[in-house]
Amino acid sequence: MSMTTAPAEDPTKLAEFESRLNAGETIEPKDWMPEKYRKQLIRMMSQHAHSEIVGMLPEGNWITRAPSLRRKMVLLAKVQDEAGHGLYIYCGTETLNVSREELVDQLLTGKAKYSSIFNYPTLTWADIGVIGWFVDGAAIVNQTMLAKTSYGPYARAMIRICKEENFHKRQGYEICSVLSNGTPAQKAMVQDAVNRWWWPSLMMFGPSDAASPNSAELMRWRVKKETNDALRQRFVNLTIPQALAINLTVPDPGLRYDAETENWEFGAIDWSEFQQVIAGNGPCNRERLAARRKAHDDGAWVREAAEAHAARQAAKAQSSAA
Amino acid sequence: MSDTQWPLWEVFTQEGEGAPHEHAGSVHATDAEHAIQNARDVYARRGKVVSLWVVPTESISASSPGDAGPLFDPGSDKAYRHPQFYKSPRGVKIF
Repeated sequence: MSMTTAPAEDPTKLAEFESRLNAGETIEPKDWMPEKYRKQLIRMMSQHAHSEIVGMLPEGNWITRAPSLRRKMVLLAKVQDEAGHGLYIYCGTETLNVSREELVDQLLTGKAKYSSIFNYPTLTWADIGVIGWFVDGAAIVNQTMLAKTSYGPYARAMIRICKEENFHKRQGYEICSVLSNGTPAQKAMVQDAVNRWWWPSLMMFGPSDAASPNSAELMRWRVKKETNDALRQRFVNLTIPQALAINLTVPDPGLRYDAETENWEFGAIDWSEFQQVIAGNGPCNRERLAARRKAHDDGAWVREAAEAHAARQAAKAQSSAA
Repeated sequence: MSDTQWPLWEVFTQEGEGAPHEHAGSVHATDAEHAIQNARDVYARRGKVVSLWVVPTESISASSPGDAGPLFDPGSDKAYRHPQFYKSPRGVKIF
């Protein structure tokens, strides 16, 4: 544990900070905080914001091919929400004295990470259903915990996001339910999507606590209140009954209900796949970053035009005042 | 890479007639009009918001956490500013 506090911190201030955390107080931007706390939050919040932004890509892929106007409207609204959620978290991160420009730059140069789940492709329409159900479902479990995180701006962004994200999960589960009750081909399509997304969704909670380098410190500072494994188990317990209710199975022969712990016990996760995707070798890593860079570059003229317009408006206002 | 570092604006939203404007977050924008448009897209997608304020972040002055003790102290030891401080005869309905 001696590694967790930088030696340069003032011990009195550090003790005061930790006693505030122990008392359940919220840390606000102008409060004193250890450099390590600030750095961990910047890392975690910016990864979270990047994930919202990159997460628009696999779903955006299906907007023009949504099977009905209703589904298209819903998907547009969901993808727009993800953009908004990214911006909520970027603005929260900026309160830690880092500029959004810097954060976006870290994403575009490949220096920053985002959730590995978005490096998997969306092959069929059923993937859109399963993303809403599993990926947003997992995100809600994680974000519900983060709504009580010790850093005020992050907690407030999470509360805002949780309120909006419930529809994301509902619409996904509705798509899966309709397909599962549809033709044999539709049923097979949604089962295939479930098979492909199940394990990557479990990996979204991050490495097992024993292997998670940041977990202990994040918990001590109440950035996180629960372990990766506890959150993962909660997600599985919530999701399996939902799958059973619409006659879908998850691809885990080891899955069984433990009546004593009331947990759905699941098989071992293949962490080598996770490490491969994190290292940049997932099915879509390069494609996602290339798409983000292209969107950023193609939007340059809009940013320039907005600046030119503002400059002209300001000049006009000045000359009419003179 | 020239990017998105337009000035920062704090956004306040009023969720319903008669409600107070509350801090929602911030946006980057070139000017006030642009800030209101961005704030609409980011903080008012659900139709509850009836009014928006945007304020340049640099225009906000805030009390500092270190001064919180002495600054708010005068308010904390005046129990007589609360109705519970006063006794009234049993059975009398005051309000």
